[in-house]
Amino acid sequence: MGAGIALVANGFRGFARYLGGVMGADAYAKYLEHHQAAGHAEEPLTEREFWRDRTDRQDANPQGRCC
Amino acid sequence: MAGVPDQRKNGPRAEGGLATDPDLPPPAVDEARLEAEDRKWTPAKIALWAAIALLGGVAWVMLAIVRGETVNAIWFVFASVCTYLIGYRFYSKVIERYITKPDDRRATPAEYKADGKDYVRTDRNVLFGHHFAAIAGAGPLVGPVIAAQMGYLPGTIWIIVGVVFAGAVQDYLVMFFSMRRGGRSLGQMAREELGVIGGTAALIATLLIMVIIVAILALVVVNALGESPWGVFSVGMTIPIALFMGVYLRYLRPGKVMEVSIIGFVLLMAAIIGGGLVAQTEWGATVFHLDKVTIAWGLIVYGFVAAILPVWLLLAPRDYLSTFMKIGVIVMLALAIIVVRPEVTVPAFSEFASRENGPVFSGALFPFLFVTIACGALSGFHALISSGTTPKLVEKERQTRYIGYGGMLMESFVAIMALVAAISIDRGLYFAMNAPAALTGGTVETAATWVNSLGLAGVNISPDLLSETARNVGEQSIVSRTGGAPTLAVGLAHIMHQFVGGTALMGFWYHFAIMFEALFILTAVDAGTRVARFMLQDSIGNFVPKFKEASWRPGAWLCTAIMVAAWGAVLLMGVTDPLGGINTLFPLFGIANQLLAAIALAVCLAIVAKRGTFKYLWIVALPLAFAAVVTITASYQKIFSSTPAVGYFANNAAFSKALADGKTEFGTAKSVAAMEAVVRNTAIQGWLSVIFVVLSIIVIATALIATAKAFRDRSAGVAITDNEDPAVPSRVFAPAGLVPTTAERELAAEWGKVPADARLERTGH
Repeated sequence: MGAGIALVANGFRGFARYLGGVMGADAYAKYLEHHQAAGHAEEPLTEREFWRDRTDRQDANPQGRCC
Repeated sequence: MAGVPDQRKNGPRAEGGLATDPDLPPPAVDEARLEAEDRKWTPAKIALWAAIALLGGVAWVMLAIVRGETVNAIWFVFASVCTYLIGYRFYSKVIERYITKPDDRRATPAEYKADGKDYVRTDRNVLFGHHFAAIAGAGPLVGPVIAAQMGYLPGTIWIIVGVVFAGAVQDYLVMFFSMRRGGRSLGQMAREELGVIGGTAALIATLLIMVIIVAILALVVVNALGESPWGVFSVGMTIPIALFMGVYLRYLRPGKVMEVSIIGFVLLMAAIIGGGLVAQTEWGATVFHLDKVTIAWGLIVYGFVAAILPVWLLLAPRDYLSTFMKIGVIVMLALAIIVVRPEVTVPAFSEFASRENGPVFSGALFPFLFVTIACGALSGFHALISSGTTPKLVEKERQTRYIGYGGMLMESFVAIMALVAAISIDRGLYFAMNAPAALTGGTVETAATWVNSLGLAGVNISPDLLSETARNVGEQSIVSRTGGAPTLAVGLAHIMHQFVGGTALMGFWYHFAIMFEALFILTAVDAGTRVARFMLQDSIGNFVPKFKEASWRPGAWLCTAIMVAAWGAVLLMGVTDPLGGINTLFPLFGIANQLLAAIALAVCLAIVAKRGTFKYLWIVALPLAFAAVVTITASYQKIFSSTPAVGYFANNAAFSKALADGKTEFGTAKSVAAMEAVVRNTAIQGWLSVIFVVLSIIVIATALIATAKAFRDRSAGVAITDNEDPAVPSRVFAPAGLVPTTAERELAAEWGKVPADARLERTGH
């Protein structure tokens, strides 16, 4: 029983993570990963700064949405 | 597939020239191993594909040949899914082998241009969902509904066969070639490959086509919300909900995308339920009962404001909401159809399949069915998404087949489900809902009389059914609710109420469907206006450099106003059209969308030719030729047909003559003002058709010239310059498809052993 619940919980977590990926919820985590891997000297943007920058850049580079 | 000549010898240009890091495992599965895996047919694999082929074959026989009273909806699911699987496994591999020739040893833009923001390597399955959410919208939900006038079979064949040979091919090729060019847009590729004339024509055509597409999508929303207090309230509530989400994400809890999406979703459901309660009150019914012209003006004002507001406030949060709904709705619809398995009473070919005066859209099956169903079979708009955004996120070259080709198959499946939902309702009801008020008379009695007078087999509708259906879905009337969205919503409510909730929940399901369609469309309207504004700013910027500065407010506002005025004018024209708006404008939408597809395919044709792949050029030439013939024929008929119902100018002449003769009413126009409106509208629609088709012919012609030149140059041994970014060796590996193969799994395990810091080169920028 406990194993079954754990399985369902895992499945649900996996689905939530997938959905989050599709929606772009993990963008900041990926940015940090990149920042670290690229060995930048300066500090990375904070979460607040990153999301601010992200939407502000969309202002200048609009992306189409389909019909 | 056996005995194909080995193209690999003169295959990918990167062959041999690309030195990958010897300290790392190979970034690509060994070619010979890949080949062997592909060619090895174990008994289990043979049995699986034989079963898929058999099931698909039986399903097609059930749909196309067996003529019973009804056909079960589950056969649509089997026929489509089996055909998609076969198309994906066999046809897309042919394209991969002979046309795209991906090379996983080459880094993708997400790797060599990685910036952690726009260029980010993304897991293939996540990117599949992301790309699908970006391409799927209201289009595949609306077109098949309107096309159902001709019976289910023509639309089903076009959606399924069209996607395998045309739509998915276009999406895949555009994505791949854009990826090889660092994620360049279709417009940039057109300019590079086709030169200044072709490139400029493609740019102007794209801009005009976007205006038309936005206008007609907006028209669908207006038709769905007109005289519907419930719909106006719940869709109107999406604006404050999105604003709240925007503020929440910006100031309260930045980055909590999932959290805010769930909050938004709950509020959205509350808005739908609340809409039902509000519409029942007297004040609610009065305040939110708006006529179509008012809603159209509201949408125009909204479109302008939304496009100049910062992205974070309205567009980004609504985009999250729309993505969330999109995935939920599609899963729900698929589940419901599989569980409920509705019986379909619509004939394979209806009485209107062989005529050109159908009430829902006019024109003969060829070419008009093929433009009415654009999204879902072949959609040019996808080329704008497949170039630019998605290619910057692809992790490995070989994944483009799964994401590009596979993503489009998925959209086609959405179109099939929309078709099933629309044809599962009573046929009489379908025609009463989708014919313009000029024909139905607008009341339940006149509509029932008109539908019964059509002489359709098995159709005998009572005014009671029409009023009862309206009551069940919480609307005052469902007569002449054109545009496709209300019909789909009734179909969805019809299926869903058998699944969850019974008749009591039909109103909720109906408005749920209207809500998500409106949500998709409002996002498309807003994003489309922004993209078009930038294109316009960029174009004007060639003459007045100041306009190129995106941050220069007056320029941005002026260009936004121009774009909104352009689509707003077409929208108002459609709303007030005495001939019934959507019925005359929808073909223009389909023609525009597919002319864009022809442009995208023409660019791909030139690129493929320049790469020296002449033997398999037909893979691109086939859908291009079909799209060109369909759209040019449709345009020709719209321009030159002498049948007033089909030809814009014939209609124009007929009404002009009536006015000159001093008549005060003519056909469905009941006043001189209405007649003048018809004269004006048909002239605009006619000239738009002329401009579209001329621009597209220019683009296709320049592509053919570029193709011929590539052929001549190759025969003469002249070196052809390609516009690809230089090849950079890749330092990562990921499997290509949904399920990794054995070789991919082994290689991935090898990569798993490499310490993370050894994998990526320190770029140190």
